[in-house]
Amino acid sequence: MSAGAVSAVTAGPAGSAADLSAVVLAGGLAYERDVSIRSGRRVCEALRAAGASVRVLDADASLIGALTADPPDAVFIALHGGPGEDGALRSVLDLVGVRYAGSDAAACRTAWDKPNAKVAVRAAGLSTPDWVALPHSTFRELGAAAVLDRIVERLGLPLMVKPAQGGSALGARQIAAAGDLPDAMISCLSYGDTVLMEPYVSGVEVAVSVVDLGDGPVALPAVEIEPSSGVFDYASRYTAGTTTYHTPARLPADVAERVAEVAVRTHTVLRLRDLSRTDAIVTPEGTVEFLEVNVSPGMTETSLLPMAVEAAGLELGAVCATLLRRAADR
Amino acid sequence: MSGNTLDPYSSRYAVRTRGLAVSEIRALFAVANRPEVVSLAGGMPYTAALQLDAVGSMLGELVAHNGAAALQYCAGQGDERLRERIGDVMALEGITGASADDVVVTVGSQQALDLISRIFLDPGDVVLAEGPSYVGALGTFAAAEAEVVHVPLDQAGLVPAALAEALDALAAAGRRAKFLYTVPNFHNPAGVTLALDRRAEIIELCERYDVLVVEDNPYGLLGFDGQTLPPLRTLAPERVVYLGSFSKTFASGVRVGWAYAPPAIRDKLILLSESQVLCPPMLSQLAVAEYMDTQPWREQIKVFRELYRERRDAMLDALGALMPPGCTWTRPNGGFYVWLTLPEGLDAKVMQPRGIHERVAYVPGIGFYADGSGQREMRLSYCYPPPERIREGVRRLAGVVERELELRATFGPQGRRVTGPRRTGSAPGPELA
Repeated sequence: MSAGAVSAVTAGPAGSAADLSAVVLAGGLAYERDVSIRSGRRVCEALRAAGASVRVLDADASLIGALTADPPDAVFIALHGGPGEDGALRSVLDLVGVRYAGSDAAACRTAWDKPNAKVAVRAAGLSTPDWVALPHSTFRELGAAAVLDRIVERLGLPLMVKPAQGGSALGARQIAAAGDLPDAMISCLSYGDTVLMEPYVSGVEVAVSVVDLGDGPVALPAVEIEPSSGVFDYASRYTAGTTTYHTPARLPADVAERVAEVAVRTHTVLRLRDLSRTDAIVTPEGTVEFLEVNVSPGMTETSLLPMAVEAAGLELGAVCATLLRRAADR
Repeated sequence: MSGNTLDPYSSRYAVRTRGLAVSEIRALFAVANRPEVVSLAGGMPYTAALQLDAVGSMLGELVAHNGAAALQYCAGQGDERLRERIGDVMALEGITGASADDVVVTVGSQQALDLISRIFLDPGDVVLAEGPSYVGALGTFAAAEAEVVHVPLDQAGLVPAALAEALDALAAAGRRAKFLYTVPNFHNPAGVTLALDRRAEIIELCERYDVLVVEDNPYGLLGFDGQTLPPLRTLAPERVVYLGSFSKTFASGVRVGWAYAPPAIRDKLILLSESQVLCPPMLSQLAVAEYMDTQPWREQIKVFRELYRERRDAMLDALGALMPPGCTWTRPNGGFYVWLTLPEGLDAKVMQPRGIHERVAYVPGIGFYADGSGQREMRLSYCYPPPERIREGVRRLAGVVERELELRATFGPQGRRVTGPRRTGSAPGPELA
């Protein structure tokens, strides 16, 4: 394991993907379909530029037939949310006998569920904000007001309210007053049955991508996120011009090193494979607070992993091709 | 390394583009067009009901025999033969004796709306429009930086007393609306039709307050009882700009609409259209003219009417049988849409993710208001899915509403509601408009 050792990352010689046959999975029926289609298109173009033969398939009823009729060397999963990240689709790919880049189904099941991931990283000694995760049924049966009062007492304000599963900040809200909690709960529970609440942590927001190109997981340069609205919500993520990104993050060297260590440690503790992206906050005191990890990071033109790849001096297509080739050889 | 916003053009954009941003709503619409989802969102005409073989042959013949003209530029006002045929359509819609000279062919009636906005609206000018109103019109008014004042409608369409109130309030503030934008027949999105007696009242009010009327009538021939009420244009020819479209009676893909305007306005429309598009697409214009000359287009409209009537019935029956108490909806006599109001405390935008999860799509009401209202409302389209899919979609929607009611019961009444000006991203894309 290494952290921050960007110079150790190699992605193979240019054009090494010439004999690689790949499928990029994009689309799906999750809330992030639109993002996934853009991610898939970008990965596809990058792989083609690297020389690979690439097809883009949607995760629909024709998928299994298409994969079995013309099996690729490996699949790149550019699906975000739902089956693309919760392990379900990967289980199906295992059943079909198709190799894929990225984490296996069991690891995804843990990482995808934010409370489970927080349990695991805290047990490994990493810092993450306290939290409470509850399903709607608990609020209904015990009385929402009483439960919310206890949560505010325990966690304080302001709070972050977000779906226990899912990405792109869909359904997430920052709450400054207890009176705003009921509406935030309803918005959040429209995206899933369980809500995660944690204290809002102010500081420098960073995203750290980790890739394993053959020499173990390595953190790429952290991307610092500075949304002009103050909140890195869906619009800030996918509207160019609304967020300023600093790559590498403007952090002291020792803090940057710790950030990289947290990302690699998260990747390892959760038994993730090939690539991941850890989102964290660096507090004014320099503590790195783990927020969540993504097993299928966004790959769009405003996404964070491609920025980190570029900052590391790598080519996205070469990185994806290397991950796919490693998957094909497993 | 200094920061990167990923948009090196930020400092160059016009002020009016600053609010343009992607939104969660538009992201969710990306799922709506998948076949697994019953989309009650899309306003797409059911073009599969056309005699496609005959239309295909007609198009082939058109290019084979008249291709040099069909593939050429034309006059900015539009092809004269088509403008004469448009007179035939308007006669069916209730406007007889229209001169082809006063018709301007446009790229769908949407271009006509944009031209009218550019001709009449300066930043800050007031437009009166039904609340809710057609999303495409709101987009052009926003682009013109106009202020939209919504006037309520009910089952009988725009409420004259409310219009009078709005006109009085404007007059008291020393302001005057540039025009009233209205869809009197089978309204998009509300589905209602302006009652006969109200038509005269509304024209009388607009005369009294000296307000122009932009009458948008894309659905006028799609009345299920075949009845055609007199267009506002017939009540005050010099005060009304009339907009029509072939999108619903023939094919939305040809993008052919028109404006029928008093001569002074017509001339401005032509000049401005030439600066926008030089001329409307000749291939589309001749396709429409040929369609009207060689195909049974009146019978085709009857086919569309019957098809949409059957789907309307399926939707109303399913809503009546399945929706939870507290939901109300309009009962359209033509066109494409039902406007549904949710029980108190529910928010159609907030529950949209659950809808997508349950594989049913609709358009939240807020996209149809310029002021951010309409949270409890939604537009349901019955034009595209077959009746059995409509019933399934309503069944799924009912479950979504039930679940949302449970959530509201758990967490109590609606708290502070944040409303504000409509954001472009809250509206659906063109395939859903």
